[in-house]
Amino acid sequence: MGPLIPQEIIDPGWSNVIALLIGLGFGFVLESAGFSSSRKLAGIFYLYDFTVLRVFMTAVVTAMVGLMYFNYLGWIDYSLIYTNPLYIRSAIVGGVIMGFGFILGGYCPGTSVCAVGIGKIDAMVFTGGMFLGILAFSEAYPLLEHLYNQEPLGPVKIYDSLGMSPGLFAFLLIALSVAAFFVGSYILGKVKKVEY
Amino acid sequence: MNNKSERGTTYLNPYVSGFLLGLVLLATFYITGRGLGASGAIKSTVVTAVDAVSHSHASSSGYYSQFISDDEHPLNNFLVFEVLGVLAGAFLSGALWGRLKFKVEHSPKITSRTRLLAALSGGVLFGFGSQMGRGCTSGAALSGMAVMSTAGFITMMAIFGTGYLGAWFVRKLWI
Repeated sequence: MGPLIPQEIIDPGWSNVIALLIGLGFGFVLESAGFSSSRKLAGIFYLYDFTVLRVFMTAVVTAMVGLMYFNYLGWIDYSLIYTNPLYIRSAIVGGVIMGFGFILGGYCPGTSVCAVGIGKIDAMVFTGGMFLGILAFSEAYPLLEHLYNQEPLGPVKIYDSLGMSPGLFAFLLIALSVAAFFVGSYILGKVKKVEY
Repeated sequence: MNNKSERGTTYLNPYVSGFLLGLVLLATFYITGRGLGASGAIKSTVVTAVDAVSHSHASSSGYYSQFISDDEHPLNNFLVFEVLGVLAGAFLSGALWGRLKFKVEHSPKITSRTRLLAALSGGVLFGFGSQMGRGCTSGAALSGMAVMSTAGFITMMAIFGTGYLGAWFVRKLWI
């Protein structure tokens, strides 16, 4: 059965219409959860609001387990699902730069677009900044190309990297998430409230 | 199940939101074979703008040239339409919960000007990093972790680890 578009069960001509509908759901859920507020998002780093942890990990676990069940039931061909290629150095360097961007700007790309949707002017400025940052990367690409393409390891799965079965890894990630939710709630009761 | 937080406004319970977000992500994989994304759409606007200013520069550059072709406009792309949907979806939710308002949100301890300067620098860094890391929190971390890719977990740990490290230096911006 799935994935539908790669196997042309749905005509790829519908791709953009589907993209718009998926984005509508994505944006609606992000905004409803409060991801249009940079002060709420930044709370995860100062331990006064755990919404990011709760929403993010619940979403990861839901989609991960859903994909495993879909695969088990034969509803999707997991080999046709895109797995991000691994380049350890560029992933770390990119992630570190994004981390500084997150704590300075208070948004990530998806949440900034979401905040633009409800009129946050700081998010509009953040989005403009992203445009400049991507432009800078693209112009400096000849200098960065070596690091960007260093050691391509292909679509590596985390359970292979850790030498365990997919089921065991999924179980451990769920257990870790639930533990993190409890720890988060415990910390929340201890720290000084921040009004925002 | 409401989660009262910002003064006078209510948000959906975070676990319910996370579950719904997970379902949107799962549906995206089922339909398209790929996850969600955000920074890719901004990249498409950069490619389009550079191509419009100088086509020869864009087609000779090692980076832009990967995203331009003669028969397909760079904005005619799945992620661009998805991000337009995000704008509309957030607008609908904001309208429903009474949160539509033009404002600069910042801590009372800093000025709007400081907030906007920090937002601009944060955006520049995030944009740059999202290209180096082959995707942002949506495409690399969220979607990458859902398919259990090692790359997704490494990117997530690098982003959030650095966030905690940097938090101490810029604490005046937030608390």
